[in-house]
Amino acid sequence: MSSNIELQFQKKKLPSKVFNTGIFLMFIGLLGIILSYYENPLRSAYNNIILFLFLASIGVGSLFLIGIEYLSGAVWSVPFRRIPEFLSNILIFLPIIVLPLLFNMNNIFHWLHPEILKADELLKSKAPYLNVQFFIVRVIIFLLIWIIFYLILFKNSTKQDDTKDPTLTKKNIKFSAAFMPFFAITITFTAIDWLMSLEPHWYSTIFGVYYFAGTVLAALSSSTIAIVLLNENGYLIQGLKEDHYYSLGALLFAFVNFWAYIAFSQYLLIWYANLPEETIWFLNRWEGNWKFISIGLIFVHFVVPYFGLLSQPSKMNPKRLLFMSSWILFAHYYDLYWLSIPNFSKDSFIFSWNEISFVLFAVGILITVIYKQSNKYNLIPVGDPKLKRGIDFRL
Amino acid sequence: MKEKILYGYAGIFNTADDVIKAAKKVKSNGYEKFDVHTPYPVHGMPKAMSLKPSKLGYFALIFGLTGALSALLLTYWISAYDYPLVIGGKPFFSFPAYIPVIFEVTVLSASIATVITMLFIFFKFPNNAHPLNDTDYMKKVSSDKYGIVILASDEKFEESSVEQFFKSVNASEIFPIYFDIEELNANPKILEPKFLLFLLLAGIITSGATYFTLNKLLYMVPFNWMMEQPKLNPQQKSSIFSDGFGMRMPVEGTVARNYLPYAYKNQPEEAEKYLVNPLPVNKSILELGQKKYDIYCSPCHGYYGEGDSRLRGQFPNPPSLHSEKVRTWPDGRIFHVITEGQNIMPSYSTQLTVDERWAIIHYIRALQRSLNAKETDLK
Repeated sequence: MSSNIELQFQKKKLPSKVFNTGIFLMFIGLLGIILSYYENPLRSAYNNIILFLFLASIGVGSLFLIGIEYLSGAVWSVPFRRIPEFLSNILIFLPIIVLPLLFNMNNIFHWLHPEILKADELLKSKAPYLNVQFFIVRVIIFLLIWIIFYLILFKNSTKQDDTKDPTLTKKNIKFSAAFMPFFAITITFTAIDWLMSLEPHWYSTIFGVYYFAGTVLAALSSSTIAIVLLNENGYLIQGLKEDHYYSLGALLFAFVNFWAYIAFSQYLLIWYANLPEETIWFLNRWEGNWKFISIGLIFVHFVVPYFGLLSQPSKMNPKRLLFMSSWILFAHYYDLYWLSIPNFSKDSFIFSWNEISFVLFAVGILITVIYKQSNKYNLIPVGDPKLKRGIDFRL
Repeated sequence: MKEKILYGYAGIFNTADDVIKAAKKVKSNGYEKFDVHTPYPVHGMPKAMSLKPSKLGYFALIFGLTGALSALLLTYWISAYDYPLVIGGKPFFSFPAYIPVIFEVTVLSASIATVITMLFIFFKFPNNAHPLNDTDYMKKVSSDKYGIVILASDEKFEESSVEQFFKSVNASEIFPIYFDIEELNANPKILEPKFLLFLLLAGIITSGATYFTLNKLLYMVPFNWMMEQPKLNPQQKSSIFSDGFGMRMPVEGTVARNYLPYAYKNQPEEAEKYLVNPLPVNKSILELGQKKYDIYCSPCHGYYGEGDSRLRGQFPNPPSLHSEKVRTWPDGRIFHVITEGQNIMPSYSTQLTVDERWAIIHYIRALQRSLNAKETDLK
């Protein structure tokens, strides 16, 4: 049976057009980023936070998806497990992307300034956690954890292509189990470090879960985009159809609802208790025309994807699924923008070439990574013992 | 044995793969009226049977939206129109608080209404019988076998050809299923006029009895005796007194127990002379004194009476209780200060009972001794 699959799967190289587009976008983006850093370093640093978290969301979220597949023994997602595996390759580049942030920490985080720290009792009591040394140590450790788990999981998975050794799956199940608690802790503290500490007085205990919901959505939607595009153009294996699309769409739909549930839980408690130190965070996002961005978040991140993915055919139709997953990926950027930029520009939102060049860079690097990886490795995990059943999966 | 009416032909299969293959062939052989029964949902079955997507989802959507809308109206009507109450300083119509309610009602109405719709459309409520119920076939397909039934009402149906077909797809058992004649002729009892009348009567009687009890019976003799007693409730009107009030002022000069008026108003020297602490010094009295001191005195005087107020300079700090002056004051003088107040210190006579004041004085003495211990204390 397994030889049969290999016959069906023919490794095709992606057209170099894809690579050129990716490199072009990346180059334009990089140029914009450098110019932006010259023009307004602080604004660029805030955008850099968004870029870092956006790519981390996709990379770590993809690792989470892979881990969940191994742990739950899922079958339907096996034929396109390579896509999140390729996407999590972005983790390798995160240390470079975080570097400008570490040099600009003094501008971004006002809890760093000794004169502010001295006058502020609250910040003094948070100083054992919020200090430069510990912050940098955390960033490095988190990146190391992610990259190590990525290397282990990916290496075992690609090794299986040649050896067809089913024990590698078992090994990866164990590593996935080990990864999960690390994932929960690192993703929570990443959200606290980079987003919550922008306003160090404010705190919300559900914030890590909130960012986790966005993380999974970003990874899932970017994987779905790549899967639909590759499969519709025949780069994946034959036999992946509606049933697989439906499962991806259903998972997206579930996490759209999960995000809304968590976001509303956070809002409801703060609104109800009405404590000044908590409501200030939402009030900052209600100032000037930020109000429209805040209201827009409900529609962009919940209402539109909810109704867009509600019906069964919309999850099966590749065109609609492609549109909705691109929308959700955009919604995650919108969410990160809404979380961070109000701390930089308090009165009104700002969006111009500075922001766009960071977005272009992110899209470019993602395309380039997918192209590079897909030419190096098989687009299908041909050695996975569950592959045949995965292709045969029907609702 | 009575005459038999054929319902359909059944084929039993041993594996899920077999039944899927067979179901595909049933369709391609031109049979339209057939059904597949499996002990668990088998992946790929809707496609193998080429079923159209279920319409049930639309009912769920409609009922869900109806639920959402009615919950919105309900919450609005209750808290903004019919009985507006200020809760937590929020506006009467505060939408975020209603979202959980709306969400719950949406889910509840969608799920209940979908189940009821399913009963009506697919099981043809009030009918609760099915020819497959209680057959050998049903026993098998609800434990470990998979089955297909081709109905006799199908246009292409012909006993021999169906049997032949089942053989060709390797069914392990093939047998006919007959209607249960008694069941076929029985009318569903649930819509019988007698039963409906009974339901109606039961409804009228229970609601009538409830209404009668709560609105009439309670106001009749003798049940109203508990309610209508010859007494006045607080704040009721009364015709007995000329001022029309039911409640009376106490007679002038009345003193409540344990609340004797203070005898030495504005006479600190007299209080010093004549007042003596009536309480013994023991652990329970000192603990009472400490508790009350920590609540009422410590905000300004500090926990140890050093005048180090906890109000961070928002209020002038009082002098220390360890001064020579206070240490030499007799208990009566301190009692006077607590009762009447002094300078900006207000009177604490409403917060502290007489005994509590004396207990506090014992505690203050203990605090003073702790800083200015005598030689004899060390022994």
